[in-house]
Amino acid sequence: MTAFTLRVNGDEHAVPDAWDGESLLYVLRERLGLPGAKNACEQGECGSCSVLVDGALVCSCLVLAAGVADHDVTTVEGLVVDGVLSDVQQAFVDAGAVQCGFCTPGLVMTVTDLLARDGEPDDLEVREALAGNLCRCTGYGRVLEAVRTTIRRRRGDEVAVPVPAPVTR
Amino acid sequence: MSPTVTGTGRRAGRGRVGDSAPRPDGIPKVQGQFAFGSDLFAAGMLWGHTLRAPHPSARIVALDTTAASTMAGVHAVLTADDVPGDLLYGLEVRDQPVLARDVVRYVGEPIAVVAADHPEIARRACAAITVRYDELDPLVDPELAADASTPAIHPDGNVVRRLTIRHGDLGATGDVTVEGAYEVGMQDQAPLGTEAGLAIPGDAGVELFVPTQSLHGDRSQIAACLGLPEEAVHITLAGVGGAFGAREDVSLQVHLCLLALRTGRPVKMVYDREESFYGHVHRHPARLWYRHHADRDGRIVKVEARLLLDGGAYTSSSPAVIANASCFAAGPYLVPNAHIDGWVVRTNNPPCGAMRGFGAVQTCFAHEAQMDRLAEALAMDPIDLRLRNALAPGDRLMTGQVITGTAPVAEVIRACAELPLPEPDPTEADDWRARPGGVGRTTDPGDLRRGVGFAVGFKNIAFSEGFDDYSTARVDLSDGIATVTCACAEVGQGFVTLAQQITREVLGIDDVVLAPADTSIGSAGSTSASRQTWVSGGAVLAAAEAVRDQLLAHVARTRGTPTDHLAIDDGRIRATDGSVDVGIVEAGAGVAFTATVEYHHAPTTELDEDGQGDAHLSFAFAAHRAVVDVDPELGLVRLVDLATAQDVGRVINPLQLRGQLEGGAAQGVGLALMEEIIVEGGLVRNPSFTDYLIPTVLDVPDLRIAALIEQPEPGAPFGAKGVGEPPTISSGAAVAAAVGAAVGCPVSRIPVRPQDLTTDAPAAPAGRAPCLVRGCSGSCTIGPATQ
Amino acid sequence: MPVVVPSNLREALAVLATEPDAVPIAGGTDLMVAINAGRHPVGTVVGVGALPELRGWRRDGDDLVLGAALTYRELADPVLASGCPALAQAARTVGSPQIRNAGTIGGNLATASPAGDALPVLVALDATVELASTRGTRAVSVTDYLVGPKRTDAERDELVVAVRIPLSDSRQEFLKVGTRNAMVIAVASVAAVVDLDARHVRLAMGSVGPTVLRAHDAEAFASDAIDWDRGAQLDPAALPTLGALVADAARPIDDHRSTASYRRRCVGVLATRALRRLCVAPPAAGAGLAA
Repeated sequence: MTAFTLRVNGDEHAVPDAWDGESLLYVLRERLGLPGAKNACEQGECGSCSVLVDGALVCSCLVLAAGVADHDVTTVEGLVVDGVLSDVQQAFVDAGAVQCGFCTPGLVMTVTDLLARDGEPDDLEVREALAGNLCRCTGYGRVLEAVRTTIRRRRGDEVAVPVPAPVTR
Repeated sequence: MSPTVTGTGRRAGRGRVGDSAPRPDGIPKVQGQFAFGSDLFAAGMLWGHTLRAPHPSARIVALDTTAASTMAGVHAVLTADDVPGDLLYGLEVRDQPVLARDVVRYVGEPIAVVAADHPEIARRACAAITVRYDELDPLVDPELAADASTPAIHPDGNVVRRLTIRHGDLGATGDVTVEGAYEVGMQDQAPLGTEAGLAIPGDAGVELFVPTQSLHGDRSQIAACLGLPEEAVHITLAGVGGAFGAREDVSLQVHLCLLALRTGRPVKMVYDREESFYGHVHRHPARLWYRHHADRDGRIVKVEARLLLDGGAYTSSSPAVIANASCFAAGPYLVPNAHIDGWVVRTNNPPCGAMRGFGAVQTCFAHEAQMDRLAEALAMDPIDLRLRNALAPGDRLMTGQVITGTAPVAEVIRACAELPLPEPDPTEADDWRARPGGVGRTTDPGDLRRGVGFAVGFKNIAFSEGFDDYSTARVDLSDGIATVTCACAEVGQGFVTLAQQITREVLGIDDVVLAPADTSIGSAGSTSASRQTWVSGGAVLAAAEAVRDQLLAHVARTRGTPTDHLAIDDGRIRATDGSVDVGIVEAGAGVAFTATVEYHHAPTTELDEDGQGDAHLSFAFAAHRAVVDVDPELGLVRLVDLATAQDVGRVINPLQLRGQLEGGAAQGVGLALMEEIIVEGGLVRNPSFTDYLIPTVLDVPDLRIAALIEQPEPGAPFGAKGVGEPPTISSGAAVAAAVGAAVGCPVSRIPVRPQDLTTDAPAAPAGRAPCLVRGCSGSCTIGPATQ
Repeated sequence: MPVVVPSNLREALAVLATEPDAVPIAGGTDLMVAINAGRHPVGTVVGVGALPELRGWRRDGDDLVLGAALTYRELADPVLASGCPALAQAARTVGSPQIRNAGTIGGNLATASPAGDALPVLVALDATVELASTRGTRAVSVTDYLVGPKRTDAERDELVVAVRIPLSDSRQEFLKVGTRNAMVIAVASVAAVVDLDARHVRLAMGSVGPTVLRAHDAEAFASDAIDWDRGAQLDPAALPTLGALVADAARPIDDHRSTASYRRRCVGVLATRALRRLCVAPPAAGAGLAA
């Protein structure tokens, strides 16, 4: 057993009683109530668990949670600011890049990271950057369109039309 | 230049039928807030785990759970003896044990389940269960299984179904004959979300939250196994991380309920990826032998085929899969004479069942390869050959059914074939990533051969052979907000969006809320067979129309206007003479309107002993054209371009439809080039994403949609056909054909492996193929007359 | 399975010395897969990925010294790549961006998989592995360090701290075959170094033996056939023989990923193409390109 503190999306989280071998993915999902990162393989082969650790995109299933105490972790839950989706998240919605949604958080993190490092990647650069994120539903077409949409919007060639908030009962 | 206005707002229109309405769960999904089965939590919950058999065939000699039961933190250890109701479940035939008793028939078969405080404890407890097995020689050769003299591994015998189609004159022959033997490997659905669920025991039953394709299908099996009435099992759909057929069968549902009822605590179970590969059915591997006869003008005279599908250890949906494979074995062509012998057998290989395309995928690869060989034998253009034989409305299928709906086969073929081939992209000329081998730097531009391949395929929409196929939906309207309740399993395909669009269209309002999908309403049937747009869409449409009629009748009464003078128009109810013009909210104030409809589509019939019958509701057709670059020295392939045309009836949501075509095509590409569960001696060699490879974004180009043929299908709600499966049927066949064209030798097996393509690969089988049924005396009417 | 994250190398080595079952972890791309699958190390897991002594790279005379905790992404750094292009080429083929951000060259060496992507390059570069323990440091050639499949020459208390690569005027290529166009374990790979200073060719092969193999006969043949005085060019007519010699040196097996005969064919073709790119004028379109 081990105790440590994780800094996730700017917030400090005490983890008092984790088993030593728990991955960052497990701790995020099962101990910190942040289930956005998904477990689809636990081998680093699918990217569904992608998060940023100190600004670097990694598979959280391959990170020992105890080993990243006092490092900065960013998850998909950290992208929404004041209730507003990030432009990458909005583009995924608008471009039809979401079907079942299981791969979506990981893809959103990867695209966020890519566009933070390179504002104008060409098609092959985008594909190489996304090659570590598997998707089974979309065939990637609308995902690539979401990336292109985000680039256009950041360039100012396009504006997103605000979507009315969904009705709830 | 002013920025383009795009985004959900404009393309989405008013969210009516025909608009690219945004899906209602998109925002929670991009935030990571959408609750999949693996995200569920209940206070006091325990974690379940399954002990699985390591052998494909064995007797269970001894089973000792003592060490596991007494482990700290373990709350229950259950075996077959703990199943209170029926031990056996199954989709078509109930032959699969909840937990194995006495005998193991496939590797990974569940033996026991455990509930514990922590998933790690549950895992260790399973490891502490001691089982003594008497290993048996597994039956792994489907040809052996088809032989009546092979001992049965199951009380019902080894042949699950043999379906024969005899159509026209079986003695007819053609001027030209081509024969071929083909093989399709075992594909896996590989949904990213693995099996998961949460069961919560109640006073009189159990509540289950599970990602599944069929809530009511699950419920009837679960209740029978628990020895409870169906009403005591309440199922709510948890978020589904993809399905593609993997969730049609029960996997962990009964296990979870058993553990919850035994412990009195909520129990959650999540499979890891390896267990998921063992824990669901796969696509049937197939061996297919064909002989096509045609006249000199290229008209098909007769098709003979023997199809042998390996169903693995339990029945699952094998009877329906072989029916599909057989009915559509010859492809979307007019076949005046046919003799199809379709077999699906049991072996000790992993169980097989539903996967997107359902039998038609395997035969499409074969029949399209046959058409290419026929074209070559006739010195005819392969597209012309297909057009010459293309089915049209009014034609009779080889199962005797006349096509009464739409069948734009020629249009689909032409549109796809006539799309200009891709122009070379100069920016990619020097880029490794645009060549086979990618950044592995294996291949220089001079090492490539380019090939083009074409395929067209079809299958049925909705269930067949007389199945009573229906769905139930309820629409409530109050204060101008409609609520739709339907147990249709949303697995990512976007039915939830269509339900809103249909309701908005009928009621002329914008605000449509979806109630959770659960078993408190009647069945919506399974999310499979590309049926939900038609059947559940039909139920929602009918319920919305009933509510609309109630609303109009109410206005008619209160305003003294005849009902038939009233119509809904964009949020208002207006009379034709202008005497009434009232907003819907005001018109319906204080009244709650509701309607529940059980929608059945037109009945189909069974197939008789000659495989004849009006067995199918409707058909959908699609074609693909693939362009590949192959490095023949290394056998590496890169898919350069993929184009398609599809018969869709009516486009309800353009953006979602595109997503189905793109996603389905990628799965066909995977089957052609890389996806195979490798089974040796009944053992699975590659139960991981490291070695079961699915396409990455570098493996599939943008799909070019040459045309969406919209010929409204009579009887279908909005004239729309289901679109999910056709993209997976002809895409793999087209890619395989393109690879064969590139290397100058037809591909007879998918997935094609690099070693199959290199010049020292064994020569393609020449001449006559051996009869597929082992022990055949040579007196069967198809297959070689002499050895 | 306790976890410790020492702040410097000395502390890390002390743990390894006192605990015989201690296991180092850097990027975790191999070890965490095992842990997640329930194969837990019995001893302490020692985090070494952030040890300052293992990070970074430097020039030391004619050598390039790479810290063991350099990630694959860092190995693709353009300055580093210009001195050692084959290593950057190999690093780019590893896994995915997520894996490349975490996985390290030290981990590739410590795991010593027959399919490790950096290993054929290091062998072809005549690199040396630097190992440290509380007893001191020692250097061993990569070839001697890689003993067998997942077995190395390292003692239980030794940690890979650096890799030393002798730089020379050379042309380099790394080629790797996989079944998919991204994210694959190598079915076969070849690293080729045409050393213009030493006038010698070195050819190393991955995934075709229990560990990385050198194709000595092929190297001798190529070294002899190359016209070193005239631009180090090779007559293309020599390529088939070269390929056959390389294929003969392979000792591949059949497994679920591929067949022995296909793997053997691959290394012959890959070596042929490498030398064609490096030594047959005009240079092929792909040689030396950054993309």
